Amino acid sequence: MTAHPDFLWADPEPKRGYEVVVIGAGGHGLATAYYLARNHGISDVAVLERGWLAGGNMARNTTIIRSNYLWDASAAIYEHSLKLWEGLSDELDYDILFSQRGVLNLAHSLPDVRESVRRVNANRLNGIDAEWLTPAEVKKLVPIINTSPELRYPVLGATFQPRAGIAKHDHVAWAYARAANRLGVHLIQNCEVTGFRREGSRVTGVETSRGTIEAGRVALCAAGHTSVLAQELGFRLPLASHPLQALVSELLEQVLDTVVMSNAIHVYVSQAHKGELVMGAGIDAYNGYGQRGSFHVIESQLAAAVELFPIFARAHVLRTWAGIVDVSPDASPVLGLTPVENVFVNCGWGTGGFKATPGAGWVYADTIAHARPHPLAAPFTLDRFTTGALVDEHGAAAVAH
Amino acid sequence: MLSVPCPWCGPRDETEFRYGGQAHVAYPPDPAALSDAEWAGYLFLRDNPKGWFAERWFHAAGCRRWCNTVRHTVTYEFGAPS
Ligand SMILES: Cc1cc2nc3c(=O)[nH]c(=O)nc-3n(C[C@H](O)[C@H](O)[C@H](O)COP(=O)(O)OP(=O)(O)OC[C@H]3O[C@@H](n4cnc5c(N)ncnc54)[C@H](O)[C@@H]3O)c2cc1C
Ligand SMILES: [Zn+2]
Repeated sequence: MTAHPDFLWADPEPKRGYEVVVIGAGGHGLATAYYLARNHGISDVAVLERGWLAGGNMARNTTIIRSNYLWDASAAIYEHSLKLWEGLSDELDYDILFSQRGVLNLAHSLPDVRESVRRVNANRLNGIDAEWLTPAEVKKLVPIINTSPELRYPVLGATFQPRAGIAKHDHVAWAYARAANRLGVHLIQNCEVTGFRREGSRVTGVETSRGTIEAGRVALCAAGHTSVLAQELGFRLPLASHPLQALVSELLEQVLDTVVMSNAIHVYVSQAHKGELVMGAGIDAYNGYGQRGSFHVIESQLAAAVELFPIFARAHVLRTWAGIVDVSPDASPVLGLTPVENVFVNCGWGTGGFKATPGAGWVYADTIAHARPHPLAAPFTLDRFTTGALVDEHGAAAVAH
Repeated sequence: MLSVPCPWCGPRDETEFRYGGQAHVAYPPDPAALSDAEWAGYLFLRDNPKGWFAERWFHAAGCRRWCNTVRHTVTYEFGAPS
């Protein structure tokens, strides 16, 4: 076994300018930079990060990866991503601990059941692996789950996507960072973008806490903070930034081999490679940038978890934290061009963008390279809000927040 | 948990409220005159500031009235209502 290298990427001083400046070194920014270099030969790229590399939502999410979305356009972009996940450790020559342990989405009421079966059928029509499981089949897969009909919200079945799972988010970020760095991309930390330089209708550079950096094209990849940057650029986005909390327990023996999600009673849980239970729930109701949320959200998520998994009552919570997610009116991303001709946007992934990391980076790099939306990104452009496209899609996204 | 200052009941736990988002978004006086972009703006675009924010809360488990507050979206402190 080779020793782990001290440094996975260089720490260069910013150059005077770059062909493409990517704002935000989360998973999406890093993947975008990597695919710009790998797929399009554009390696004169800087990724500017106000904090430390991948310290935003990338380091805070519960790492669930799936592609069982109802709406065709969503299924297509998330399935493109899932296919990339399946080859990513090899592609980046780095073990990202991608574990296809399957994801269950529980149904607790008759409408839940009908919605779930419909989604299974829609997934299959899109070539995505999906099954409907009875309560007995759920119990077989997850022996510790409580399938008693006595529960206030009994488990009436579940959708199951066997190819879905989890990956180690830090490894994913480091793997993309190392691979992008090897292709010549500059990763610049502690470099906050505070404003923009313009000439006529174009942006010519960014103002940062480390000075002015010229830019041929600017790609926003700032997750919860995109509205702040858009305001500097003079346009508005249909986004609300909310805290989303997660928590982990102490390390436990292996008790849970699949990912279990419930939108109705709102908890999702998996067991990390090391053994912690990793749990999340819904966003806090209010707009917030404080990277902390309200306690009652944690309380109700734990109540739901303990009802479903009575043995969790013995586990201790070790840490809770929040990330700031950008929620759009249809729980779907916004990807493409902006009113400023050489500025591009990738945002609105809300509570579910980790699973999109490879796919979003892929289609966004293509969008930036050709200055037009990639076909998989075309349904997610900013103008869908004015063209009369279907936008009430929280259910189709299989998210309840 | 936030302590939301209801003007009628005083400060009460956030769990008693429903959140209403940005305050002072008026219904367009002449909706038929709006362009598609303006209509989309009314429906979908809200301010999302990192700082002070005028917003609405519905005291669902209390007086059942709406109120406006001003809250800082980083510190979460409430300021003087507008
Ligand atoms: C608690 C929690 C649980 C989640 N669970 C899941 C899950 O299970 N599955 C899933 O698919 N998704 C999940 N998500 C959502 C997912 O994490 C995000 O959708 C996704 O990470 C967003 O893309 P990103 O990785 O680029 O964002 P981030 O990692 O947040 O990257 C944005 C970066 O931009 C930087 N930045 C912001 N402003 C500036 C500026 N002005 N200048 C320079 N840099 C700037 C930030 O510091 C940050 O590093 C979860 C999120 C949270 C918070
Ligand atoms: Zn009241």
